[in-house]
Amino acid sequence: MSFTLHDYVLSGNCYKVRLLAQILGVAYTVKPVDFHPGKAHKTPEFLALNPHGTLPVLESDNTLLTDSSAMLVWIAQQFDTTHTWWPTNDAHRLALTVQWLGFSAKLTESIGQLRLHTMLNRPADAATLNTLSTENLRELENHLCEQSIRGLAFLTGDQPTVADIACFAYSALSPDAGIEHTLYPAIRGWLHRIRCLEGFLTMPGIYEAHETRNEHTAAS
Amino acid sequence: MNAALEHALQDWYPIAMLGELAPGERKQSRVLGIDVTVLANDSADETDSTPPITVRAEGAPVHVQQAFDHWWVCLGNAPKPLFSIEEAGEADRRFVPCGVVRVACSPLRAVENFLDIAHFPFVHTGVLGAEPHTEVYKYDVKVDETRDEVIATNIKFYQPQAAKSAEGGIQTEYIYRVPAPMAAVLYKTCPLKPEAMDVIALFVQPLDEQTCDVWPWMALYDDTSTQAELIQFQQLIFLQDRSILENQLPKKLPIDPGHEIPTKADYTSVAYRRWLKKRGAYYGALEAQP
Ligand SMILES: N[C@@H](CCC(=O)N[C@@H](CS)C(=O)NCC(=O)O)C(=O)O
Ligand SMILES: [Fe+2]
Repeated sequence: MSFTLHDYVLSGNCYKVRLLAQILGVAYTVKPVDFHPGKAHKTPEFLALNPHGTLPVLESDNTLLTDSSAMLVWIAQQFDTTHTWWPTNDAHRLALTVQWLGFSAKLTESIGQLRLHTMLNRPADAATLNTLSTENLRELENHLCEQSIRGLAFLTGDQPTVADIACFAYSALSPDAGIEHTLYPAIRGWLHRIRCLEGFLTMPGIYEAHETRNEHTAAS
Repeated sequence: MNAALEHALQDWYPIAMLGELAPGERKQSRVLGIDVTVLANDSADETDSTPPITVRAEGAPVHVQQAFDHWWVCLGNAPKPLFSIEEAGEADRRFVPCGVVRVACSPLRAVENFLDIAHFPFVHTGVLGAEPHTEVYKYDVKVDETRDEVIATNIKFYQPQAAKSAEGGIQTEYIYRVPAPMAAVLYKTCPLKPEAMDVIALFVQPLDEQTCDVWPWMALYDDTSTQAELIQFQQLIFLQDRSILENQLPKKLPIDPGHEIPTKADYTSVAYRRWLKKRGAYYGALEAQP
């Protein structure tokens, strides 16, 4: 069943949904919301749809979702015929996926907020957000180092899940918030592996890997 | 006070969109390294002559005017006239102020990047350009002496999606104007009305020499897209530039010839740098004013 995405082109949380939909080849309708400068997500009409006043919002015939992680699960469960993105037949990986989806929400609160401040002048306590963002990235870096010692390329195993998509967005966008990836080699490697996935989608601040870019040029 | 700052103080800079602040609301900002407060006055009394906004720099009110859907300020004591954009008076256009974006780069670099066509296929891939259509054909650049502006004309470039309203790839024609050191205006083929041109401008507010707030503004012919769609199309483009701009080194723009090797695509950039140098617009430039 297809859906409508209430979307903002610069939103990392909206991007997560666009990215998974693209990878899985799911078509959907986009409804742009004037998040900046219009603050349309705080108008009474929008709050009637989503009382949290956040984007994205996913609407389909029988669903209304206001959390990006929930949307990723909903999309994967319906459209991923390989059952790897939402690995319901593997208790261990499924549990880890939920755990890292939880972590992705922390990235929204740290890097996501710092990015809105740095890029769109949203008032915020930049020093605190900077500390939080750095802590989150260190935690992710340590985990990805351990994974690579185990020979595992992604957050929960040797294949990406919705948790990789969810954590990818703000990790990749941290330079927008003034935090470069230089100090995080394991994160850099993992970001690159995701950028090389079949069906990968870009957004401002997140570019295609050079390898795939050249392939496309050669093909055209 | 240094000469670069003294020169820059006499120009006008955007500080807020019209209607951005509710009556009684205030915000802090910065212009040329100087802290300013912007206050939207409570004009409950329709008859009083309180202006809609007051901007103070270090406590003292500064010159304010409204133009192109924004409030503009000048902190100097001998303001130059604000440049004009005739199309702002054409009532059948859609006016689209796109909201502020902060960029950690010299205000001059923000303008220069806007003038550069050669980056389209690489930075705005699939939208404003696409490989293999990377060639920039010869075009004309001059300084219009009466208006004292840099003008580039006869620019043609293939674009997969020239505007929100474009249905497919078109050969787009461009004209660029630099009417002030920290503003640039372009005119490009309007997909829905080929005999007319859409107008897109970047108004740059210099916070200091290495940081700026950029206020993109458009005056388009488009009766099909929503305002949110038009804004997001422009933000998509400009935020692709932002990450490039923040990584350019040196942070300040070199305006002395010989620093960066010009290519054909850079004609406008070379003219821009010369024009800055000639008029003594060194604020945000790498070199100190001689
Ligand atoms: N739990 C939500 C949070 C979404 C969220 O915070 N979205 C941001 C945009 S990326 C937002 O709408 N923020 C509202 C605001 O900052 O005004 C999700 O993951 O979808
Ligand atoms: Fe650009």
